[in-house]
Amino acid sequence: MAEKNEYVKSVVKKEYEYGFTTDVHTEIIDKGLNEDVVRLISAKKGEPDWLLQFRLEAYRYWITQQQPSWAHVTLPPIDYQAISYYADPTARKKDGEQKEIDPELMKTFDKLGIPLEERLALSGTAVDAVMDSVSVKTTFKEKLSEKGIIFCSISEAVREYPELVRQYLGTVVPYRDNYFAALNSAVFSDGSFVYIPKNTRCPMELSTYFRINAMNTGQFERTLIVCDEGSYVSYLEGCTAPMRDENQLHAAIVEIVVLDNAEVKYSTVQNWYPGDSEGRGGVLNLVTKRGHLRGVNSKLSWTQVETGSAITWKYPSCVLSGDGSQAEFYSVAVTNNHQEADTGTKMIHIGKNTKSTIISKGISAGRSQNSYRGLVRVTKNADGARNYSSCDSLLLGNQCGAHTFPYMDVQNNTATVEHEATTSKINEDQLFYCNQRGISTEEAVGLIVNGYAKDVLNKLPMEFAVEAQKLLSVSLEGTVG
Amino acid sequence: MKSEQQYIELYNEVNQLIKQKSCEPMNAVRDAAFQVFRAQGFPTQKLERYKYTDVPTAFAPNYGISLNSAAINPSQYIYSISAAPIDIRPYYNKIADAADSITALNTALVHDGILVYVPKNENSDVPIQIDNHLSGNISTMLNRRLLIVLEQGAQATVIINDKGGVHPDDISFLTTQVVEVFCQPNSHLDLYEVEETDKSCSRFSNVYIRAERDSSVRHNSITLTNGLTRNLCDAYLVGENAQLTLNGCVIGSESQHIDNNTLIRHCAPQCQSDQLYKYVLDGHSVGAFAGKILVDKDAQKTTSQETNANLCASPTARMYSQPMLEIYADDVKCNHGSTVGVMDEAALFYMRQRGIPEAEARMLLKNAFMGGVIDQIPLRSLRDRLYVKIEKRFLGEYEKCEACRLCK
Amino acid sequence: MLEIKNLHARVGDKEILKGIDLTIADGEIHAIMGTNGAGKSTLSNVIVGNPAYEVTEGSIIFNGQDLLSMNTEERANAGIFMSFQAPIEIPGVSMTNFMRAAVNSRRKAQGKEPLKSTDFLKIMREKRKLVEIDQKLMNRSVNEGFSGGERKRNEIFQMAMLEPTFCILDETDSGLDVDALRIVAEGFNKLRTNETSALVITHYQRLLDYIRPQFVHVLIDGRIVMTEGPELALKIETEGFDWIKNQQ
Repeated sequence: MAEKNEYVKSVVKKEYEYGFTTDVHTEIIDKGLNEDVVRLISAKKGEPDWLLQFRLEAYRYWITQQQPSWAHVTLPPIDYQAISYYADPTARKKDGEQKEIDPELMKTFDKLGIPLEERLALSGTAVDAVMDSVSVKTTFKEKLSEKGIIFCSISEAVREYPELVRQYLGTVVPYRDNYFAALNSAVFSDGSFVYIPKNTRCPMELSTYFRINAMNTGQFERTLIVCDEGSYVSYLEGCTAPMRDENQLHAAIVEIVVLDNAEVKYSTVQNWYPGDSEGRGGVLNLVTKRGHLRGVNSKLSWTQVETGSAITWKYPSCVLSGDGSQAEFYSVAVTNNHQEADTGTKMIHIGKNTKSTIISKGISAGRSQNSYRGLVRVTKNADGARNYSSCDSLLLGNQCGAHTFPYMDVQNNTATVEHEATTSKINEDQLFYCNQRGISTEEAVGLIVNGYAKDVLNKLPMEFAVEAQKLLSVSLEGTVG
Repeated sequence: MKSEQQYIELYNEVNQLIKQKSCEPMNAVRDAAFQVFRAQGFPTQKLERYKYTDVPTAFAPNYGISLNSAAINPSQYIYSISAAPIDIRPYYNKIADAADSITALNTALVHDGILVYVPKNENSDVPIQIDNHLSGNISTMLNRRLLIVLEQGAQATVIINDKGGVHPDDISFLTTQVVEVFCQPNSHLDLYEVEETDKSCSRFSNVYIRAERDSSVRHNSITLTNGLTRNLCDAYLVGENAQLTLNGCVIGSESQHIDNNTLIRHCAPQCQSDQLYKYVLDGHSVGAFAGKILVDKDAQKTTSQETNANLCASPTARMYSQPMLEIYADDVKCNHGSTVGVMDEAALFYMRQRGIPEAEARMLLKNAFMGGVIDQIPLRSLRDRLYVKIEKRFLGEYEKCEACRLCK
Repeated sequence: MLEIKNLHARVGDKEILKGIDLTIADGEIHAIMGTNGAGKSTLSNVIVGNPAYEVTEGSIIFNGQDLLSMNTEERANAGIFMSFQAPIEIPGVSMTNFMRAAVNSRRKAQGKEPLKSTDFLKIMREKRKLVEIDQKLMNRSVNEGFSGGERKRNEIFQMAMLEPTFCILDETDSGLDVDALRIVAEGFNKLRTNETSALVITHYQRLLDYIRPQFVHVLIDGRIVMTEGPELALKIETEGFDWIKNQQ
């Protein structure tokens, strides 16, 4: 039988599977950030003046702000002048030519398992593929438009549906929301735009795949999803990046608007490059995601599997304004080596009889730090609000940390708010039981961890669930032996 | 004028007088503490641990400072700090957080305090009771200091009562209190704090506990009536197998404000901590509970349970709850739970079906809710007294009865 | 004693009782049988005034009083007692305090002085012996950690303490537990007087072997669709409810 902690071996680095780079001509603007750069990005995208003004206001606000330091992560100093804010891998060497997709780009996405040819696509999934600052291709656009569904890059949406974008952009996450939201609002590049018209059930999964490729660039994705009355959409997001010794900055904003009786499911499998076993490099993932449940009986569900990034700072949140609205947050966050994650959610109950559920599973290994941070607020008029939160942490090894920071603010006496959390190490009796049945310890840990995360994995669409399960095992490989 | 300015001026005016009335070990740390306070000022709500209480506003009124020494009834184990039978330098201001502005202000202004000292293997059979009456005709600031030293194998029970008294309506009281508790190996301390003051009283209490190997400490903080209360308690389990129980209950009504902020730090292996805080909030009262369990890397085999349960009984009461775990050791069992809820409707219905009027049924349920904390108190006389007090408090008979007792 | 006319009630948006008429005279025992979800428990909860149920139409007169204008405790103090199918635990409230509060409320409603502690404890002791409930249960919180049988016995003990004139025995879902049924039935028989009326809600005929009703009503989809003598219960036991439904 295993002695105490014997199974926790020193960490061996498992190669990051998506760490290759793509050799493609990429137009990168000069490093640095100032008003001219903001104007240049806007000009490159051919944006209308209102959007340029929006960006400039955000930029002017950003320069007055300090980078926040409250999260339980050690964010390395970021030199915002050493980053290039726009990289276009679709730009041709000579101007004036019709843009075609470089075969190298197609190959890249093939290699990532995201074929961009519709005939090869995963069944029932439409994809918007974004590399660096530009959307490379969006599949099944035409098919979706038959139902009146808009699914395209946000740059295209600004050109084609400016009124729709203007009506909603920045209304869920205003640029003043936080430091990184202000930065994103100033320099955001591509991301997806989704509009589901009234009483429409989106017939396929919509998905955006984000890839950082170019060196010394940041990615500032911006996604906006509007689900109109009585409609439904399930949206998936995946992310990878090459292995580089320097940190790469990813500061995204996702805004979701859910109207009366509509439902949105948003799933993320985040596998940005986490840095090497010594903690060099990796993506700094500083993201603001928020959904506004404006409509009565609207529903929003966030599901996230977070395995990548050197630093994760991310709190997909829900503002429950509509009476009877329901929100869910399901999260598995795995940290290994020197990764640090501070992630969780905010549930702001405003409407009457609103309900939210939070299920968070943290798994820490190596020398990593994994924190859950969440806020549940029940405002004065939110009669009958209910929240249930459960946050469990699992520690693999004695060099890592697992932390839980829930905040509850209840201003209504008809509300019921419940939070529970446990922190423990992997159950040795379970391990022993598996061992006795002939299962190796490493495999047993994989099994147990997957079982531990099951409540969350079950919430993912099937294609993603399988991927996420593999990812959990891979992320933990080498932590036990 | 910023709130801190009057205290800086006060110190400059009276520090010589304080020093004359005080003793060398207390004076030795006084100026340094004042410098910390002057440099930092009062904590604002931007500071994580002071999120829920507006300190500068609480200290803004103009209070007279009391330089009278506490009257100590001569009894075994209890002394003035200035007449301590032992060298207090290894203890005084040693575990109090020097960087905390309120501790620093207390250290600068306090001229004497109380020492509870129980020598090796001795047992104070009778509970040591410290009563603080807040009454008088001038608005006063009181700075209290308590040092509790239990040597190896010693045992003691200490009860601190804060009581309001009869005073004109426009008079208010501000208390700062710093308590340092040293529990040497295998010692055992029960420390109770019962606050029954009135809406004119503000209280800032910082309690620091150091528990060594095989010692056990039980701290109960009970707020029945008050104005504004901010209790901080930092407990350090520094020796193997130390045990800590940190419980509290709060009854809030009208515009009471009660903020309990605790840190339990497991520094050594195989320690156990249990925490249970319960609040019943009525009227416009505001309750806050923030409790952190911090488990150091070497504190393997830690067991820790933290529970915060709250009842908001009126539409205008507000509760903040923030139970936190920060864990750096893997072989631990740590749980926390927090609830803010309404009364059990099914239980209410059951009781009403038996003919019990709704108001009485609610009262019984509130009592039962608080019972979870009081039941755990081993000292029978105190437990029974608290049952009665709590029931009276919920019946609204409290002030009347207490006033009678205080009048005599 | 009890007269229900055209009673409609709902929970949330769902209408469950769709016009119940039922008259129970002094000393009579009525049984209500019916399938799951027919509204049996709703009926008993509406009679005792559970605030979770909303009466939308109809009336209930109890000994000349308009029951629907009274709150739960007023109805209880008028002499209505319900033996719950799943008595709830109330942690922290001791049986003694709970019973004292209930008995004294009843006395107050009757214009009597509250009992002195010693008298109260004496009555507790007598009734406890009468229904054979263990003293150690009395020292615990209400129903806390009680077994299923102990809870049932506790319901009967409370009935003994409160001496109701009208009892509702809500046994819908515990039909399978024969021992629990017997406890309730035997206890009830021991306590009842010639004036005591009862409404027995049950799924199965078994309970009716112990408590013999004069009338058996069948409740289907919120309405009483059949009323006969005790022989109806036996027929249902062998043939189920389908034949009644088919007659509709």
